Amino acid sequence: MLIATPQSMHFADALPLQSGASIRAYDLSFETYGLLNADKSNAVLICHALNASHHVAGVYQGQEKSEGWWDTMIGPGKPMDTSRFFVIGVNNLGSCFGSTGPMHANPDTGRVYGADFPVVTVEDWVNAQARLMDALGIQTLAAVMGGSLGGMQALSWALQFPQRVRHAVVIASAPNLTAENIAFNEVARRAITTDPDFNGGHFYADDHKAETKPKVGLRIARMIGHITYLSDDVMNEKFGRKQVAGLHLPEKLVPSGGTESPAVPSVEAYSYSTQEVEFQIESYLRYQGSKFAEYFDANTYLLVTRALDYFDPARQYGGNLSLALARATAKFLLVSFTTDWRFAPKRSRELVKALLDNHRDVSYAEIDAPHGHDAFLLDDPRYMGLVRSYFEGVDKGLQSKQFLASPLFENTGLLPEKLTPVGGSAVREATSMGAPIP
Amino acid sequence: MDVIARLVPQGARVLDLGCGDGALLAHLQETRGCSGYGVEIDDANVLACVKRGVNVIQLNLDEGLTMFDDASFDVVLQIDTLQHLRNAEVMLRETVRVGRTGIVAFPNFAHWPNRLSVLRGRMPVTRRLPYQWYDTPNIRVGTFADFETLAERNQLKISAKFGLQDSRNVRFAPNLRAGTAVFKFSA
Repeated sequence: MLIATPQSMHFADALPLQSGASIRAYDLSFETYGLLNADKSNAVLICHALNASHHVAGVYQGQEKSEGWWDTMIGPGKPMDTSRFFVIGVNNLGSCFGSTGPMHANPDTGRVYGADFPVVTVEDWVNAQARLMDALGIQTLAAVMGGSLGGMQALSWALQFPQRVRHAVVIASAPNLTAENIAFNEVARRAITTDPDFNGGHFYADDHKAETKPKVGLRIARMIGHITYLSDDVMNEKFGRKQVAGLHLPEKLVPSGGTESPAVPSVEAYSYSTQEVEFQIESYLRYQGSKFAEYFDANTYLLVTRALDYFDPARQYGGNLSLALARATAKFLLVSFTTDWRFAPKRSRELVKALLDNHRDVSYAEIDAPHGHDAFLLDDPRYMGLVRSYFEGVDKGLQSKQFLASPLFENTGLLPEKLTPVGGSAVREATSMGAPIP
Repeated sequence: MDVIARLVPQGARVLDLGCGDGALLAHLQETRGCSGYGVEIDDANVLACVKRGVNVIQLNLDEGLTMFDDASFDVVLQIDTLQHLRNAEVMLRETVRVGRTGIVAFPNFAHWPNRLSVLRGRMPVTRRLPYQWYDTPNIRVGTFADFETLAERNQLKISAKFGLQDSRNVRFAPNLRAGTAVFKFSA
């Protein structure tokens, strides 16, 4: 079993943000798995989605059920094989799992940021991640990989630092959020910000007051999010109209035409309550919401959903995604899932088309999986096999040293030097029927 | 495969519709310096392409080629693909929209053993057409001569046409003597 050890790195130089603000000093939590090879060419960065963290793979020593959120995918002998690659998981700024976030003190004021934590974008995160790579001595990444909001970061890496990324693996992602998608985020944010305990985002304990966590809002935010990560089919299969352990009416009381036919099955009684949990799906959502509200931070939820909303690399190109992706020189693997309606296959196809328009190397798989958006965290053999084969190819490319002659710079006479990110930002959420979060 | 490969110019940008396990595309990349993409619907074939290091896009060709821009490829291949397509004629037009040149190969239903079989009153079951009439994936059965007519109807310019039988070109009476029809054409 892979044992993970969280680490932290302090960055003393201010990070300029897309908004014009900056973060004066900050820490990033990260984990690494596997060994960096001598020429530092086998590094793979894993970007996390809405509610995940730097704890991507392995377990913490002596802690049961502490598997990383993508432990099915990443580890020794797994599709993303840490015995071949040096894998880095990093927690993003604004998160609540160790990296500097709204619950930490602003060095300028000495007071907890709370709602004053600056709005961070996907591009900002990527810039921060790049600084971590600098600190680790990694100039070029063999691959950047992520699902959902993590996929947006992988894409953004290829746009912001084309010369530093050989492969971008973008799973269940999109070039931006649709109106419907922003709408879901907005409902979640409103649930949080209208919770009386939210207190304008300044709900942390300080000298004057105790903490008031807006758990009600967070629970509802999580419930609505959770619905969108599943498919109708998988919800029906798992819960259907099943009721929570209820009373069984004796058969003779079943109002079924009045006969005492033995063919009439027993039926669970309704409780005829508007507020009690009646159906299993309700119980499931409430449970997921409560669990989430215990470990997640309300300000982080706002920040991360906003980063998702803002991500839109085509924005500064008049919405022309092909123009926006012209600067990406990495090879791409894109994967979508047929029942994912929040990051639908057609959104991935837009990315594929933009890469085709630029004559980039790209492969695209559309996995016929029933699990909706959550599928990207689950253990589907076609999906896993595909990623495994892709990374075997990446590894072969490293072994052959062919890349030293660098196909990376082909096709682009005018490779931008160091790109300052422009565009929006975005993020998305990994959930949970499967992925425990530390 | 070699015969088809020889029809593809050196260094061409190729789109291979229904690329199977990517063998032809890999061959074109290795021997003729080509680049490009395969299009496949089947999961196992998509995986096989990724294993080979061939770019592959998983797509149902019945949904068309809207993902591909006009004249964005030098060559578009439909090797043993046409006979599976619901929208075979549309795809033919799409082939010459997306590619400067199209190359099509498909089983020639007028090959003499097939004719004999039909004369005997039975649908042919051969090495080239190994399926029974009730389970064949070949929903378009056509002949060498039929394709010429279809090409004309769509104003395609045929620049090469021949039959293939036992890996050999058949130039004389291909409609009768060849199990496979091959056409190279442009708009």
